[in-house]
Amino acid sequence: MDRLFSPGAASANTGGFDTLFTALSILSILIVLLVGTLIVVFSVRFRKGSDVPRHRVPALHAREFEIGWTIVTAFVAVFIFWWAAGYRITDDKVPADALEIHVEAKQWMWKTQHPSGAREINALHVPRGHPVVLRMSSQDVIHSFYVPAFRLKQDVVPGRISTLWFEPTETGTYPIECAEYCGTDHARMLGEVTVMEPELYAEWSAAQPEADTLARQGAALFTAQGCSGCHAAASSVHAPPLEGVYGRPVALADGRTVLADEAYIRDSILMPRRDVVAGYEPIMPTNFDEILSLGEIAALTAYIRELGGGLPPDARVLRSPAMETER
Amino acid sequence: MSDATIDVTRGAGAPSYLSAGHRIRSWLLTTDHKRIAILYFAAITVFFLIGGAAATLMRMELFTPGADVVSADGYNKLFTLHGVIMVWFFLVPSIPTTLGNFVLPLAIGARDVAFPRLNLLSWYLTVAGGLLVLTSLLAGGVDTGWTFYTPYSSLYSNSYVTLAAMGVFVAGFGTIATGLNFIVTVHTQRTPGLTWGRLPLFVWAHYATSIIIVLGTPALAAALLMVVAERLFGLGLLDPARGGDPIIFQHVFWFYSHPAVYIMLLPGMGVVTEIITCFARRRVFGYPMMVAALLAIAVVSFFVWGHHMFVSGQSLYASLIFSFLSFVIAVPSAIKVFNWTATLYGGHITFESPMLYAMGFVGLFTLGGLSGLFLASVPIDVHVHDTYFVVAHFHYIMVGGTVAAFFAGLHFWWPKITGRTYPEAMAKAAAILMFLGFNFTFAPQFVLGYMGMPRRYHVYLDQFQVWHAASSLGAVLLAVAYILPVFYLGWSLVRGRPAGDDPWSATGLEWQTASPPPEHNFARLPIVREKPYAYHEHDEHPQEREATTHRAQGTGRTPGEARADGASGDGPRADDREEARE
Repeated sequence: MDRLFSPGAASANTGGFDTLFTALSILSILIVLLVGTLIVVFSVRFRKGSDVPRHRVPALHAREFEIGWTIVTAFVAVFIFWWAAGYRITDDKVPADALEIHVEAKQWMWKTQHPSGAREINALHVPRGHPVVLRMSSQDVIHSFYVPAFRLKQDVVPGRISTLWFEPTETGTYPIECAEYCGTDHARMLGEVTVMEPELYAEWSAAQPEADTLARQGAALFTAQGCSGCHAAASSVHAPPLEGVYGRPVALADGRTVLADEAYIRDSILMPRRDVVAGYEPIMPTNFDEILSLGEIAALTAYIRELGGGLPPDARVLRSPAMETER
Repeated sequence: MSDATIDVTRGAGAPSYLSAGHRIRSWLLTTDHKRIAILYFAAITVFFLIGGAAATLMRMELFTPGADVVSADGYNKLFTLHGVIMVWFFLVPSIPTTLGNFVLPLAIGARDVAFPRLNLLSWYLTVAGGLLVLTSLLAGGVDTGWTFYTPYSSLYSNSYVTLAAMGVFVAGFGTIATGLNFIVTVHTQRTPGLTWGRLPLFVWAHYATSIIIVLGTPALAAALLMVVAERLFGLGLLDPARGGDPIIFQHVFWFYSHPAVYIMLLPGMGVVTEIITCFARRRVFGYPMMVAALLAIAVVSFFVWGHHMFVSGQSLYASLIFSFLSFVIAVPSAIKVFNWTATLYGGHITFESPMLYAMGFVGLFTLGGLSGLFLASVPIDVHVHDTYFVVAHFHYIMVGGTVAAFFAGLHFWWPKITGRTYPEAMAKAAAILMFLGFNFTFAPQFVLGYMGMPRRYHVYLDQFQVWHAASSLGAVLLAVAYILPVFYLGWSLVRGRPAGDDPWSATGLEWQTASPPPEHNFARLPIVREKPYAYHEHDEHPQEREATTHRAQGTGRTPGEARADGASGDGPRADDREEARE
């Protein structure tokens, strides 16, 4: 019966969501009842030919009514905004210990890759009770990663890394749906998220065939694709060293300072001429966007991060080159 | 020129606009705002039927979870067609170009709009745009959705996107021309005595709408041009592989498309105000606030577009500002509902079909507006964005609201437009059926959205079927409610009894000329002496008002009396000036 109305509740933020949703539903019903009752009562009482006195509302009273309901409406609106906004702000910080999983969207499938190196297609296994952060990229058009049971969705936009985090609370399997229209088989771009007990997740993760970690795959690529020729410590080429760079501010040739986060590293691989580090020449080849897949870039990023030994910086979702100025 | 001559050429004896010419040419080259309104009626009726047919096929497909009526691509092309046609070729032009074109000049006591030839041009632009879109349909269709989101529309779609986008682009200029025309008309063509504080809210609503049209539609043109330039010339502005960003399109698109919702809605609010006051026999409650609310909505509507992009990766703080402004715009909307309700207080209410449609509008608009509060809350929108919750919400506003208001206005002014009455019992039945059928169709979609059913899916998970089936059944009722008027209004055209000049005893200036109106609207321009909606005075102090009417209002007065009475306000113009010289 519950299945007839509810998408299920399997993450830590569903409680707050459902409270807010229920409160708004009750408020809406009250307003509908208020307006509906007034309309019905007036319609019956003041129908043509009914024998009731019809006083003109004195202008002063009319104004008091108007001011009154304007203030009440404005107060209710601002109150709901304040409540909803507060809930959202407190929920925006990605916990530092979150398990990081890479998601790659393409027409019309979801590919996921765990820190252990385990890969899945249209499936995502996560441990219960542990925060999980998804770093998502798209190969083609905009998709949207949506798990109704978590009450969460995030558009996956090509050209940037989108972030979504959640804390699963109930074991079970729940549908993943693509929520942003992406072409012919949009409706079949489905998957399943499986929430497991943490120890079962560890077992599952270890049992996957591709057990090379993402960072180790990145290390292999770092050599195989020639990155180490310039960026390794022993290299004679004048290129910025990458040890410890992750999570630190980097001074650029044009005077700006940027934070070396996921998006910066990704952009620096794909568009090396955009943010040139101060003191270096723009000599890096610019054709890596043709050579590397998104998955390989994710692996390289993981490797560079490990070189830094750092934790992810306070990672927000926003990575629009068009909108962001202070990154 | 003597008064007598004017009376003969433009007076009550003059032929109606309908009999001013019978050849096709006299219609297609007309500059009479009333005939252009009829041209628009014909055009948007055709578009409504095409868009409705697409919706019917979609609801059939969605009756079961599997794919049984159309293919995946077929379904994608259907919802694109439905959206493009319904938004730009029915809802946006619906009330302004038909009822607005017909009634607005009459309601301000003008002989026509300020630029009659531009008015005709706007019809040709709308039709040309529509034909381009229909050509893209016949060529094989478009599968991007009406929102044309990039990079799907710019780089990936193999359908006739350019053709359809150019169709919307061209039609947009038709809309701009209409908006411009209305602004200038309201500023320059008001009859003597019709000050801004005396304008009917129908006129105010069209004025506010026109401002949005003129300021907003160019942004749509820019957004569509970006897509076309990307497709044809590989511009790269929206292509991440070349340093562009597809999100730019969304910003520009919604900068137009959110105000566009108010382009569809404000004229409906104007229509409903005329009707509720008329059938409640009351002056509108809080006229200044009603005007202020219209203008406030028109301004704030330009600053809420980001609430369509809460999950796009937009900055959280931008999202919160857009969320806040979306709550702010709810206030003037709520004020309007309260004022309509308060207008009923102390009235002598009757429930003819226009009133039933108008009350349906108030109910559906209230429900749609309240669901908007959910969507304006960031955390709730994160869950229900791009689901059927949103689909239900905007159908409540745009279909429940605008279409109900369109039908309300159509029934209200039908006697004026055609000079004939229609079968009232049938019309009442259709109005009630439309309200019930609409809720039956779209209320289940709120549940679907909450459950997590994404929009634009032609196949879906089994748990959604109950609600989809309910919605499809409701759509059958709704379809009947939309088709009924075609029959009884068609019957009315042929067999309807003459309606008389003012069948509802309404106060608007349009009711003071013949039904259907003569080609130049008024025998003499009426002079306005009082605020609009003087129903109270009319019903409860008839003697007092009789005297006023006799001297100052309408077409029956003698010019000498009117002049002797010392017309105040803007003073006489045009013909009245001639009279004054005598």
